[in-house]
Amino acid sequence: MEKEKEKILEQSINSDAPAVRCRGVKKYFRAVHAVDGVDLEVRVGECFGLLGPNGAGKTTLVEVLEGLTPADEGVVEILGYRWGSGDDRAFRDRIAVQLQETQLADKLTVEETLRLFRSFFSRGHTVDEVIKLGDLEEKRRERVHRLSGGTKQRLALACALVSNPEILFLDEPTTGLDPQARARVWEVVEGFKLAGGTVILTTHYMEEAARLSNRVAIMDHGRFLAIGTPEDLVASLGGREIIEFNVQGELAPGLLQGLPGVKAVDKKNEGYILKVLSIDATLPALLAEVEKRQARLVHLVTRQVTLEDVFMSMTGGRLADEG
Amino acid sequence: MKDKVMHPLAELTIARIKETIREPEVLFWVFVFPILLAVALGIAFREKPADKLRIAIVESTGAGQISKLLAVRKDMEPVVLDAAEANEQLAKGKVDLIVSIDRGIGAQPEGDVPGNLVFTYDETRSNSETARMATQDVIERGLGRKDIVSIRDNKVVTPGSRYIDFLIPGLIGMNIMGSGMWGVGFAVVLARTRRLLKRLAATPMRRSHYLLGFMLSRMIFLVPEVAVLVVLGWIMFSVKVYGSIPDLAIVSVFGSMTFAGLGMLVASRAKTIEAASGWMNFIMMPMYILSGSFFSYERFPAFAVPIIRALPLTALNDALRAVMNDGKPLYAIWLELAVLAIWGLVSFGVALKIFKWQ
Repeated sequence: MEKEKEKILEQSINSDAPAVRCRGVKKYFRAVHAVDGVDLEVRVGECFGLLGPNGAGKTTLVEVLEGLTPADEGVVEILGYRWGSGDDRAFRDRIAVQLQETQLADKLTVEETLRLFRSFFSRGHTVDEVIKLGDLEEKRRERVHRLSGGTKQRLALACALVSNPEILFLDEPTTGLDPQARARVWEVVEGFKLAGGTVILTTHYMEEAARLSNRVAIMDHGRFLAIGTPEDLVASLGGREIIEFNVQGELAPGLLQGLPGVKAVDKKNEGYILKVLSIDATLPALLAEVEKRQARLVHLVTRQVTLEDVFMSMTGGRLADEG
Repeated sequence: MKDKVMHPLAELTIARIKETIREPEVLFWVFVFPILLAVALGIAFREKPADKLRIAIVESTGAGQISKLLAVRKDMEPVVLDAAEANEQLAKGKVDLIVSIDRGIGAQPEGDVPGNLVFTYDETRSNSETARMATQDVIERGLGRKDIVSIRDNKVVTPGSRYIDFLIPGLIGMNIMGSGMWGVGFAVVLARTRRLLKRLAATPMRRSHYLLGFMLSRMIFLVPEVAVLVVLGWIMFSVKVYGSIPDLAIVSVFGSMTFAGLGMLVASRAKTIEAASGWMNFIMMPMYILSGSFFSYERFPAFAVPIIRALPLTALNDALRAVMNDGKPLYAIWLELAVLAIWGLVSFGVALKIFKWQ
């Protein structure tokens, strides 16, 4: 016990402590293994994205990290501190949280809400500064219930940023927002990142994870299926680019596999999906082959491999918005 | 500087006050409704002069003279009726007493005045005994009875003895209970269902500050809540506060804190507004009836009275009446204040312990 305490003390003094460190974290709700053995280390200044379908355990994991839900097993350290070891308030002062679907008090204005949140923290921005950071100047005196979804979300974000935290936890910050509102939220988060902040983000939007995160974990059924930079994850699929096409006529899959640069061939409905190293190398060969077989090309698309392809192949093709 | 952020407790209290006054329904229930209730009840139970005693005299010789004798008293209304009609009216409660002239034994047929009278009345009715005594008195006096001792009537009005004097403190008590429990309980449960509590729990906010913020904002609303009824009672019904205003304020603060604590307790774990409403009504309904807001709890059986007096609203009503109607000082109501303090401290303490932030 004593040794453990010393260790904790040492780690909390040690400024090199990672922003987040967890080992073997498990959290069960009766028979549901919401988090089923997660190891994670996030460096200070990093933006880490948790990507997964609804029900994957992202929110539970984040709430365990935030100290709102105790883990059943495993070790969680935030800036070297373990929740519940006597100094929670001091560490709450250093992190900030945006929960999924928190509704702030309807009858208060944007400014009043921020004042209230600011008063809880020993440090941070002034209310004016954080209104600017959250891009909320125009809505400053508007009551919360009159705000649009996107503005509400930026206010929630501003409530988190008001203390100028060392770590910012964001749980699905843009779910349900239109693309424009989403982009404005991203800009606010990017501003925080640029200033050196650490971000832990959950999302089921690939685009969001790819744009905001240095590293991404793909999570499903309470476990990490893969972890790495978006580029690494994309590369792990083998190909870097994709050719999708439909033909009228016969083309043998074995033949497609043999084309130069092809890493994988999937059949989709009537068409084919080729994962390739480079379109330059494969496309002329493919077209030549189609001509040779006297098949007729009815549809052809080429694109970069995205996180979505990685996600689909790892979660067995479950759609992001399905539960 | 306008932008200067204050202590979290001050900010929480101010936020709470702003939220409350921006809720028009709250203003109605806290300020308008008690006024309407006080006015309606004040009018319904306004002081009427005591009903006249209606005395039936059975038609016969001498009935006219008795009627004339009785008419001397302004609070008496003699009517001469035949026997059947008189009995019917007595049965219906339209007359309080029947006087019949008995021509039997001891009758004095030579005079106008009968010697023997029969009084018929229903002893269980509240006015019958008065009617009997008054009738006898008036007749005997009218026939020349000499009073043995002279009695001088010294009529006084006991302060604070009218129904409206009783009612106004009861309404204040009820209002303090209602706004304390709803004001705190509802807001806390709403914040929980909206996940705002969880969000606050993720900040370094001291949890006791959150709960204390509610208590403090309740104290501030208490001033107009109580004042509105006191002033209304004073202007419309000349209900006076016989005790001191600071004492009244102190009693109100005790009551307010007690019910804010109880509201907090009800809200400490409730997950939905419906569940909280159910509990609130379950707790408040018996007190509306038992605690003497509208009528005295002394009407309940004697064995129940000590239990009723241990209820917080009873203690508050009793303390308010002691100060407002009887002009008693605080030390005379220490027991009521102690009952309130115990309810308040215990419920606040338990609420803080078992409070669920998610």
